[in-house]
Amino acid sequence: MSISTSLLGNPLGALRRIGGGPLTRVSTLVLVLFVLAALFAPWLSPQDPTFGELGNNFVAPSPEHWLGTDGGGHDTFSALIEGTRTSLVGPLAVVVFATIGGIAVGLFTAWRGGWVDTVVGRVLDILFAFPALLLAILAVALFGKGLTAPVLAMAVAYLPYTARLVRSLTAQEKVRPYIAAYQVQGHSAVFVALRRLLPGIMPTVLAQSTVNFGYALLDLAALSFLGLGVQPPTPDWGAMINQGQAAVLQGEPLSAIVPAVAVVLVVVAFNVVGEHLGDRLAGRES
Amino acid sequence: MPILEYEALEVALPGMARPILDGVSLSVAEGEAVALVGESGSGKSVTARAALGLLPAGARVGGQVRVGGAELIGADADTVRAVRTGKASMIFQDPRAGINPVRRVGDFLTEQLRLVGGRSKAEAEARVLELLGAVGLPDPPRHLRQYPHQMSGGMLQRVMIAGALTADPRLLLCDEPTTALDVTTQAEIMAILRRLQREKGLGLLLITHDLDLAAATCDRIYVMYAGRIVETGTAAELLAAPRHPYTAGLLGSSPPLHGELTRLVPIPGSPMSLAQSAPGCAFFDRCHFAQPGRCDQAAPPLAPLGAGMVACHRVDELANSAAQEIR
Amino acid sequence: MTTDPGLLLQVSGLRKTYPSGGATVVAVDDLSFSLRPGGALGIVGESGSGKTTTARMLVGLERPDQGEILVQGTPLAARVRGRTARLARAKAVQIVFQDPYLSLDGRISIGDTLDGVLRLHGSPSGADRAARVRELLAQVGLGDREAAALPRQLSGGQRQRAAIARALAVEPAVLVLDEAVSALDVSVQAQVLNLLSDIRRDTGIGLVFVSHDLAVVRYVCDEALVMYRGRTVEHQPVTDLLSMPQHPYTRLLLASVPRPDWDPEAIGEQRRDLVAADALVP
Repeated sequence: MSISTSLLGNPLGALRRIGGGPLTRVSTLVLVLFVLAALFAPWLSPQDPTFGELGNNFVAPSPEHWLGTDGGGHDTFSALIEGTRTSLVGPLAVVVFATIGGIAVGLFTAWRGGWVDTVVGRVLDILFAFPALLLAILAVALFGKGLTAPVLAMAVAYLPYTARLVRSLTAQEKVRPYIAAYQVQGHSAVFVALRRLLPGIMPTVLAQSTVNFGYALLDLAALSFLGLGVQPPTPDWGAMINQGQAAVLQGEPLSAIVPAVAVVLVVVAFNVVGEHLGDRLAGRES
Repeated sequence: MPILEYEALEVALPGMARPILDGVSLSVAEGEAVALVGESGSGKSVTARAALGLLPAGARVGGQVRVGGAELIGADADTVRAVRTGKASMIFQDPRAGINPVRRVGDFLTEQLRLVGGRSKAEAEARVLELLGAVGLPDPPRHLRQYPHQMSGGMLQRVMIAGALTADPRLLLCDEPTTALDVTTQAEIMAILRRLQREKGLGLLLITHDLDLAAATCDRIYVMYAGRIVETGTAAELLAAPRHPYTAGLLGSSPPLHGELTRLVPIPGSPMSLAQSAPGCAFFDRCHFAQPGRCDQAAPPLAPLGAGMVACHRVDELANSAAQEIR
Repeated sequence: MTTDPGLLLQVSGLRKTYPSGGATVVAVDDLSFSLRPGGALGIVGESGSGKTTTARMLVGLERPDQGEILVQGTPLAARVRGRTARLARAKAVQIVFQDPYLSLDGRISIGDTLDGVLRLHGSPSGADRAARVRELLAQVGLGDREAAALPRQLSGGQRQRAAIARALAVEPAVLVLDEAVSALDVSVQAQVLNLLSDIRRDTGIGLVFVSHDLAVVRYVCDEALVMYRGRTVEHQPVTDLLSMPQHPYTRLLLASVPRPDWDPEAIGEQRRDLVAADALVP
């Protein structure tokens, strides 16, 4: 949270400290704005997005409806703001689960080595073969619609990415003499692996998770678009695009374009920021 | 005429407290073996690389570097290429770093001859076989088909020497050529380098941190500290009667293999980094004989003394007394 | 093996093999030596001699296939389980590695590193530990400025001193130094060599000094063991080893040290003869 609080205090100064080119700065700004929107959604959205005024559908942007209304007369801007919450919370849960699980699997297997490492490595390879979206649809088929089942399924699908990274970083780090020195001093393996080795590789892992966040958001939005994820009337960008698609054919594309633009903006921003973090770490290493 | 000649070479990187090289003058004659001795950060490798026109990116450069009469500082690409492909070759510390691990040794060696020398495959191979024999490899035809990982470090370093010879150079630049190798292999590599140098009348510049190795293999020695030459002379003289306190300190720092064993007198502190600078003598902080008010005022010039040259303000007072006692 | 509790370290019949592409490579074969309190043994060899594998077995980073290591009469467990056993093993043997740039944790200051070792080994109060950290750093010639520094803010020599202090913090019976001065500049190497001989004089700790450099071994140790391809080829007091080397390999090592009347051609021949003779031995 230290980043966002310092951003609140002195936004421009903090942005400058993040470094990188203008693209990185704009991307960071985009992410901060969306996070703020998610945090303060109920206060920011001018109207109740679940309240539809029939007869007030497909209103063009106006001071009353900044981004117009959709076919059901819901205020698009309010739906966008409120939808930020579900659209960000889903991927967040995916990435948190995948990161924690990936660290546990990768750290344990690489530290242990031997046949455990070989077997788990093969299992991860098999998991790589499953597209996350497919696994999520399968979970919906088994456990029903909503956010919980697909999030858990996608966490499993994203776990190998983190696990593979942690595994290779751990294997690289554990042969370094400073790790050997800790062992010779009499520290337990758990202490050395969790308290000494892990913090050193954590920044690289988090950079990867940042990139994963964007992809998870895209996958979950696709799921909602297919009608399998977040269910209306709960506002969600994917669901909004789904509901707006019929309107596109009627020549009223705005209510679908707005959430689509939001998805693209956030996904691109997460990619840019994640790559920048990764580059910066790689630069610091060399 | 010297095959290699530096005149007041200056190399400075922006943002660093002191220049990497500060007025380095040095020469190597044809058929002469010369050593440039220094510790980490002394600038000895940068000096050697300058002879191939390789300078740190973004560096401010002054002075002159001539190889076989061709000026390299400010030279066009053709001049630099002519020096690299026909006049001077370099051998590096780690032979594995300089060779593509997925290509056969033979391809690596013949490539230069075919691309630059314009020779046919058969001609190039015949020449390479000859060179591999010259560097003492036991079975040249077999080595041609081997991959780098199938050879030991010592063998691979001989391949690199053969590779350096494909250009038929008049000058060999050897940057710590034996540091990554075992001590018994070191002797073999040095024997090959010395034999080649004598037989072909090459100029040889040996870059090393090991003063004893330099004295055992070279005719003359330059000692470098913090980007400056602090002493130069014949190997025998320098080893027997070092004039600069740093040279004497280096000799006093390595324990003797035979003879009386007394407590070592180390040079205090550590070598100067590029982030540090000194208004006077760069060795001031570590010198047992430093005189405040004199040595820390201006950098001592490299001045002739006997057959050699020394850069020390107090050299006349110390010449026959204290600096000797350290040994 | 006869157990002599008066000896600090007794190593007998140590053997270690590695699988290598279907074949088995013998890294260390039938290695035996002992060390009396305050003694210093040099293990001399080149790459592939098994000297580093030996060092790693002594501190438990590698498990020997055969043989026994006794410290003060107590065998070192091949596999340690539990906190007490781990700490006991740490107290027996500590190590200083070759590369001072890789052997310290880059994220932790020198002072905190030492404090962590003291805390692990049961030094209770923070004030006691702070005093002991200062004392340990002073012993290796470092001060408060270095205590507060991260490894990357220190020179190679200072880092190696810190690594020595870290090993001494455990108060081990035996200290293994694996090529601990070979990565240092010559002038700095002399400082660390003097430091090691001071530590020997002041603490009575036993040193196992692994190195390829005979001159350096002579300065620190009183006896030396020469290893060649995993085997001990010679084991003598250093003075005798240097003046009357028995094994051809020891003679080759000695001849390889550069000096004014050096004849590298002859050394090359000597080496080829030795390798040829060795190839005939099954």
